[in-house]
Amino acid sequence: MAYSDKVMDHYENPRNVGSFDKSDDAVGTGMVGAPACGDVMKLQIKVNDDGVIEDAKFKTYGCGSAIASSSLLTEWVRGKSLEEASQIKNTQIAEELALPPVKIHCSVLAEDAIKAAISDYQEKHGAEEPEQKTA
Amino acid sequence: MSDLKLPIYLDYSSTTPVDERVAEEMKKCLTRDGLFGNPASRSHSFGWDAEKAVEKAREQVAGLVGADPREIIWTSGATEADNLAIKGAAHFYQRKGKHIITVKTEHKAVLDTARQLEREGYEVTYLGVDENGLVDLQELQDTMRDDTILVSVMHVNNEIGVIQDIEAIGNLCRERGIVFHVDAAQSTGKVGIDLSKLPVDLMSFSAHKTYGPKGIGALYVRRKPRVRIEAQIHGGGHERGMRSGTLAPHQIVGMGEAFRIAGAEMGTELERIRMLRDRLWEGLNDMEEVYLNGDKERRVAHNLNVSFNFVEGESLIMSLRDIAVSSGSACTSASLEPSYVLRALGRDDELAHSSIRFSIGRHTTVEEVDHTIDIVHKAVGKLRELSPLWEMYQEGIDLKSIEWAAH
Repeated sequence: MAYSDKVMDHYENPRNVGSFDKSDDAVGTGMVGAPACGDVMKLQIKVNDDGVIEDAKFKTYGCGSAIASSSLLTEWVRGKSLEEASQIKNTQIAEELALPPVKIHCSVLAEDAIKAAISDYQEKHGAEEPEQKTA
Repeated sequence: MSDLKLPIYLDYSSTTPVDERVAEEMKKCLTRDGLFGNPASRSHSFGWDAEKAVEKAREQVAGLVGADPREIIWTSGATEADNLAIKGAAHFYQRKGKHIITVKTEHKAVLDTARQLEREGYEVTYLGVDENGLVDLQELQDTMRDDTILVSVMHVNNEIGVIQDIEAIGNLCRERGIVFHVDAAQSTGKVGIDLSKLPVDLMSFSAHKTYGPKGIGALYVRRKPRVRIEAQIHGGGHERGMRSGTLAPHQIVGMGEAFRIAGAEMGTELERIRMLRDRLWEGLNDMEEVYLNGDKERRVAHNLNVSFNFVEGESLIMSLRDIAVSSGSACTSASLEPSYVLRALGRDDELAHSSIRFSIGRHTTVEEVDHTIDIVHKAVGKLRELSPLWEMYQEGIDLKSIEWAAH
């Protein structure tokens, strides 16, 4: 199976691997996927008082494309507002990494992960925002 | 890293390189100055000489497995041999009954053939296996019916390398007068086979798993007591009507020589390979959460199927680019299905997803094994650092207690 250079790069040198303290008020955690399906992504964002994501970290169990999708996402969300970060679409990730059709689900999972992290943060801060749910 | 050549080939269960001695023999059967004749030509020496070479190879193949040369039918490989055996016996004996028994962990060449027979109106029972991959004889016996005409069980499993007790299974079949087919693609040269003693009626062989060429195999069809099969390929009545088509002497001679070598060298070769396999296992097993798939004792010497918990198989393969191995996870296909063989053992999906099959062979060296251990350690370590599941395991969280959202 041939991977794109960008997937290989993120796989070889994953950006922002690690974890924040889940209980920290400034941290939003999203964990999506299932071990039985072969991929689980944990994405965490650290949000400052201005509502800007100042740091992001991930851990991913999954194929190279899943690792690359989440690694790329941590780069993209840094410095973005929660609103901007929630606009990131799986198609953008898939396009940037040149994912083949069988790997599109990896980018979908990454989009789910950032949405889950944002909503976790918002729940912590009592902002009951009725986010549009992804199916 | 001295003279280590990368990538290291550890996928001998998938295929093997043709032995140089085999290639030499094959070369003699192609060109104008060699045995290029059609073995079916009865009217001149070109045909006679080719036929002689083919018959010598038939003796060599029969010799490795304790068969009579007249019981060996050339096919294009084990897949065709499986098709011929299963469809051929089912079609021939259909007036006796239409029930067939096979096993969930069989190769697709058997399973897909059985599915085809189901479409033709046959009934097939797919036996499960225990957590070590072995068939339960009592369950097999209980599944046998008066209308059961065929049982098909593989000798050595291609993924996990476990060896089924074909003698015991064959005896059960004999008691009930049921035809017994064995797919032995993975066992020639790895396990002793003596068909003069084994109660097996039909047995499939492949050349390319035993250092012979691809594209050639054989089906053993027992003469005493005689087993009948209906031909699946017609046109000329070659191979006593059971498999028509001009024979390929270069392929056949290659298979013969490969099986001759296997018979002559098996004893010493297996000892060396088992030593390497054990060395590899010891080197891998010193990591946490590493599991061997398949029975520890009843397995061939060259196979090691290992699950590295909390690491996904495809990404592991990506980090193992310097070694050529197979993954139990078929994640590269659209289905995202983990190995059906490992699932049949009752392995959790995540362990099935994280499995790697290492298969050692004639050309594997100690140095290659040691380098492999080193590479796998680094890759598993790196991917576990990346794995949220490993992190949770380290924190003492039971992954089963979590409600995962299936996607």
